[in-house]
Amino acid sequence: MTPMTQPVLALDRVTVSFPVYLGGSRSLKKRLLSQGSAGRIARDANDRVIVDALHEVSLALESGDRLALIGANGAGKTTLLRVMAGIYEPVSGTVTVRGRISPMFDIGLGIDTDLSGYDNIRIRGLLLGLSATEIDARLPDIAEFTELGDYLEMPVRTYSSGMMLRLTFAVATCFEPEILLMDEWILAGDAHFMARARARIDAFVAKANVLVLASHNLDVCRKWCNKGVWLQRGEIRAIGEIEDVIDEYSAASA
Amino acid sequence: MNSVEATSASAGSGSARHAQLARAIADVGEGAALWPLWGMLGWNDILQRYRRSLLGPLWLTASMAIMVVSLGVIYAQIFKIEIDDFMPFLCVGLLVWNFISSILGEAGTLFTGSESYIKQIRLPYSVYVFRFMWSKVIIFAHNFVIYFGILLYFRIWPGATAVLALPAFALLVFNGACVSLYLGLVSARFRDIPQIVQSITQIVLFVTPIMWKPQLLTRYNFLMTFNPFYHLIEVVRAPLLGELPSWHNYVAVVLITAFNAALAGLIFARFRARISYWV
Repeated sequence: MTPMTQPVLALDRVTVSFPVYLGGSRSLKKRLLSQGSAGRIARDANDRVIVDALHEVSLALESGDRLALIGANGAGKTTLLRVMAGIYEPVSGTVTVRGRISPMFDIGLGIDTDLSGYDNIRIRGLLLGLSATEIDARLPDIAEFTELGDYLEMPVRTYSSGMMLRLTFAVATCFEPEILLMDEWILAGDAHFMARARARIDAFVAKANVLVLASHNLDVCRKWCNKGVWLQRGEIRAIGEIEDVIDEYSAASA
Repeated sequence: MNSVEATSASAGSGSARHAQLARAIADVGEGAALWPLWGMLGWNDILQRYRRSLLGPLWLTASMAIMVVSLGVIYAQIFKIEIDDFMPFLCVGLLVWNFISSILGEAGTLFTGSESYIKQIRLPYSVYVFRFMWSKVIIFAHNFVIYFGILLYFRIWPGATAVLALPAFALLVFNGACVSLYLGLVSARFRDIPQIVQSITQIVLFVTPIMWKPQLLTRYNFLMTFNPFYHLIEVVRAPLLGELPSWHNYVAVVLITAFNAALAGLIFARFRARISYWV
């Protein structure tokens, strides 16, 4: 492989399973009892249920790819995003990442509602791994994109959720990450914001970066992405060009 | 700029263990490098609690001062000791104990309390430990003002010996980081640990020479010799009162530190990757 064709983000037979600790098995008492007495109580006490959230998922994304993750609720879209973001280390399989990742899952993360918009921009910037000087250099650009104007001096408590979204989106995309991961909350913006966000994403992907978007909204997937993955029960049902995957998905769920 | 990062998991063979340990060490290094982040988050943790109050974080100092003075006056009476002698002893002991007990009391929620961060963004897990310890050190610094007040009031001067308290406090902080790391991790899996720790902490306050002087314990001396908290407190307290800790104290603290560091290293290396699944 030459360096040019090396994938920016590659998953190789990634499996993720969650232990579900049902009330009791999380307590030390049951654990000790089940260790101490071989046999019946062990089975009763240690009722560990394991949910296979992802099963042998393999995919590779190259520069310029915009991938949509589609599938029903509980298909593993969010888990897959979190594996890509390095939040869940897979039980088996490998995740290879080249470049900086910017996850946008929760607009409220790290937001201190008593602090001003500017202060919160700094906190989020630090959370995404920017240095104080990098944030200061990008502050005008971020402020411009949010279109919040004087509101940035006000405590974030006074913001609407749409305003919060603008602030978060501006910070998440300000430093041109190689990989941008988005969950479907992005759809909460108004039409004006969506158009601006789209323009920013286009500019961002044009710089040969990667976008992964999890969404139920097939129209948005079509508009924003060129590739698709259809997840079902933690396994890849279809992968390929976005139109083909959407067609298959619609045919199956119709 | 372009960093390549690969995460994988495989069965517990020897090389996998090494990889786990290497990742744990890398985690601590990366976490330390993020000091602007945890420095600010740690400060915010304190400011948030006292925002819009007049004294702000100085409320910590005020309530601690009231406690030191009232306990000092009463216990000096009960034990029939000179207040000049007892009050400084009690003050330093309580300051250090307050630091230790707040770490033990809150370590259980170190990771579970940061669930929203852990599930949304990949940060080195050590960042949460640094943030936690940093805010505890800030609180200690606020409380420490009382010590100077006591020095002034009773006109005592510990002399150059007091400098010995600095490395001792550094060791205490290091121990606190190790303990909060493994307590926080184990508590994320077993939710009764914080309760157990809390009830033990309550007893420790009374069996450790904090509100009574070590000389008063004439029998059952082993209760003190084998109490790790006594040694941890004594190496900080004695220099601040102008006395030299005994070599027993130092040996004990070194042993305790080695134990805590080894346990924290083992547990962190083994279970670090599971934290996001457990919280």
